[in-house]
Amino acid sequence: MLNIVVCVKAVPDPKEGCNIKIDPGTKTLLRCDMPLVINPLDKHALEAALLLKEKERAFISVISMGPSDAENIVKECLALGADKGYLLSDPGFGGADAYATAHTLAKGVEKIGAFDVIFCGMASSDGATEWVGPEMATFLKVPVVSMVNELSDTAGEWWTVKADIENGYRLMKVGLPALFTVTRDLNAPRALSFSGIIKARKKEVTCWVLDDLGVPADEVGLKGSPTIVSSLASREISRQVQMLEGSREEKVAQLVQVMADAGVL
Amino acid sequence: MSNKHGPIWVVAEQLDCRILDVSLQLAGKARCLADELGVDVEAVLMGDGVADRASELFAAGADRVYTVDAQELAVYQPEAYTEIITRLAKEKEPEIMLLGSSIMGRELAPLVAARLDTGLSAHCIDLVLDDNGILEQQIPAYGGLLSIICPERRPQMATVARGVFPKPDPDDGRSGEIVELAVPADLPGRIQTVEVVREETGGVDLDSASVVVAGGAGAGDREGWDEIAELAGLLNAGFGCTRPAVDEGWAELEAMIGQSGKMVNPEFYIGVGLSGEQQHMVGIMDARIMVAVNNDDKSPVFQQVDYGVVDDCRKFVPVLIEKIKEYREKMTTC
Ligand SMILES: Cc1cc2nc3c(=O)[nH]c(=O)nc-3n(C[C@H](O)[C@H](O)[C@H](O)COP(=O)(O)OP(=O)(O)OC[C@H]3O[C@@H](n4cnc5c(N)ncnc54)[C@H](O)[C@@H]3O)c2cc1C
Ligand SMILES: Nc1ncnc2c1ncn2[C@@H]1O[C@H](COP(=O)(O)O)[C@@H](O)[C@H]1O
Repeated sequence: MLNIVVCVKAVPDPKEGCNIKIDPGTKTLLRCDMPLVINPLDKHALEAALLLKEKERAFISVISMGPSDAENIVKECLALGADKGYLLSDPGFGGADAYATAHTLAKGVEKIGAFDVIFCGMASSDGATEWVGPEMATFLKVPVVSMVNELSDTAGEWWTVKADIENGYRLMKVGLPALFTVTRDLNAPRALSFSGIIKARKKEVTCWVLDDLGVPADEVGLKGSPTIVSSLASREISRQVQMLEGSREEKVAQLVQVMADAGVL
Repeated sequence: MSNKHGPIWVVAEQLDCRILDVSLQLAGKARCLADELGVDVEAVLMGDGVADRASELFAAGADRVYTVDAQELAVYQPEAYTEIITRLAKEKEPEIMLLGSSIMGRELAPLVAARLDTGLSAHCIDLVLDDNGILEQQIPAYGGLLSIICPERRPQMATVARGVFPKPDPDDGRSGEIVELAVPADLPGRIQTVEVVREETGGVDLDSASVVVAGGAGAGDREGWDEIAELAGLLNAGFGCTRPAVDEGWAELEAMIGQSGKMVNPEFYIGVGLSGEQQHMVGIMDARIMVAVNNDDKSPVFQQVDYGVVDDCRKFVPVLIEKIKEYREKMTTC
C-alpha cells in the first residue's frame, strides 16, 4: 500500500484581495481577520494523491501547520477524500520562516509514520518562497523534484516524473520515498461532493502541539527561524501620471499618439 | 560575531556551456558587496566542458572559480550539485551565497540552505550591506519593501531573478584562480535527471522585448484575454501577465512578470486590467514609458505609471486595436 502525505497550508483567501497586514512589533504577518482557504496549489497536491488512490491501494494523510482555524481546511481535505488529517498548531509555531516551517512539518511527518510519497504545492500564495517542500525533503533525507507537471510512471519503487524547466521540461527518475512539489498543470482538482462531506463527518483531525512533536521550543516558530524581517520601508514612486481624458475615442487617439511618439508603432 | 568575513559566493548556472546572464549579473553584484566587505568573490561552476568558461566569471568580478567538469554534470543533477556545493561551503565558509532564481536555482537553493542549516530569502530585488556588514535582502511586500536578514547563521543565502542587477561590463583584463574539483563518489543515487527537453517558444521573448503588454485579472475571461493578446501581437510586444491570469489558466507561468516571475526592462509597457500590486510592478520598474488601463479611477496602478486611462478594457482594447491598424495604414499610404 502506498502511504501518501499531502502538505496543505491555510492561506488568506487570495480572492479577498490584499488586506494582509504586518505586525509592526514582530514584523510577521497578521492574518487573523482573514478567511482561510486551502492554498490553491495544494489542491493540486491533494488531487495527485486522490488520483493515485483511484488506481491502487493508498492511504492519504493530510498535514498542515497553522492557526487553529486551519482545522477547517484539513476537514475540507478529508471531505475531498483524504483518510486522515493532522494539524500542527501551537502559539510557539508562529512567525516561522520557511526553514522552521519545513523543520516542524518534517517532525510531524516523522510522527505520522512511514511514508512513500509526500506531495506539496509548488508555492504558497501568501509566502510563495517555494522553499518548504525541498527543505522538508532535506530534513527527511529523501529526494525531491519541484514543479512536477506530470507523473509519467508511478508503478513500483522508482517513479518517472516530468517537471518544469525554462521553455521545456525535465524528465526525472526518483526512488521512493520521495517528495514532489506540484504545479497547476498536473491535474484539475475535484470539487467537494455532498457524499464526501457526509463521510468526512466520521473522520477526525488529530491536533498536535509543540510537546507532542518533542521538539525544543527554540527550533520552531520565530525562534527557530534563521531569517527575520529587519525593517519595512515604503517604496518611492517617481512617476507623475498624466491621465488621458475625454471620450473613449479621444482617449484612444491620445494613446495612439503617445505610442507613435515613443516609436512603438 | 568575528569581523573576519568569508568570501561571497555565486553559484553559476550554465546552459549548453554558456554561463547564464543572471550568474554574470550576480558576479557583478557580488563584486560590489565584496569590495565593501574586503573579501573575495568566488563562483562555483558545474557542467560538462565548462572549465574554459571561468574567464567570463573573472571578467564579471570573480576572484576564484571552483569548476567541477564532468560528463554527468552536463545538465542539473540535484544530488551531485547539492552535495558539491554543500561540502565546499562547509569547508570554505562563505559569508554570502547568491543563486539565480531560475528553476534550477529555485530548487537547488533550498536544498543547500537546509543542508547548511541556514536562512534563505526568495527573489530579492535588492541586496545591501547594513552598518554591521549584514546583508539586507529586500523583497517587495505589503505595499513596501521588506528587508530580510539572517543575523546569525552563515552563509546568508538569497535568490535573485535575471535582470534585477545589470550585467557588468566585462573586464577582460581581470583573471583569477581556477580550482578544479571532482564529483563526489559517494552520492546516494536516489534521483537522476534523465533528460532535459527544450521547446521552441512561439511569440516574442519577454526578457528582451522592447515593448511589453501585460494583462491582469481585469481581462475578465478568456475572450477579454484574447483581445489583450491581440494588442500584444499587433505591437510585436512581449506578452506578460499577473498572477491571477496564470491562476485562471489564461497564461503560462513563464509569462508572469514580477517578484516571483520575470523581471523585464522594456522601453514601453502597457498594463491592462491590473491593479499595480507591488509584486507585479517590481518586475517592470525600469521601463521608460508606462501606461495603465483600468476601469477604477482610484486604482493604485495610476500612481505608478506615466499615462493612465480609466476605461473598461473590454471596450477600450478593441477600439485601440482598430485605431492602431488605421494609424499604420495611414502611415503606409502617405
Ligand atoms: C509572495 C508573493 C509573490 C507574488 N509574486 C507575484 C508576481 O511575481 N507577479 C504577479 O503578477 N503577482 C504576484 N503576486 C500576486 C500579487 O500580489 C497580486 O495579487 C497580483 O499581481 C494582482 O494581479 P492583478 O492586478 O491582475 O489582479 P487584481 O489585483 O485583482 O486587479 C485587477 C484590476 O483590474 C481592474 N479591472 C477589473 N475589471 C476591469 C475592466 N473590465 N477593465 C479594466 N480594468 C478592470 C480592477 O480595477 C483591478 O484594479 C505575488 C503575491 C505574493 C504574496
Ligand atoms: N504551514 C504549512 N503547513 C502545511 N504545508 C505547508 C505549510 N507551508 C508550506 N507548506 C507546503 O509547502 C508548499 C510550498 O510553500 P512555500 O514554501 O511557502 O511557498 C505549499 O504549497 C504546501 O504544500
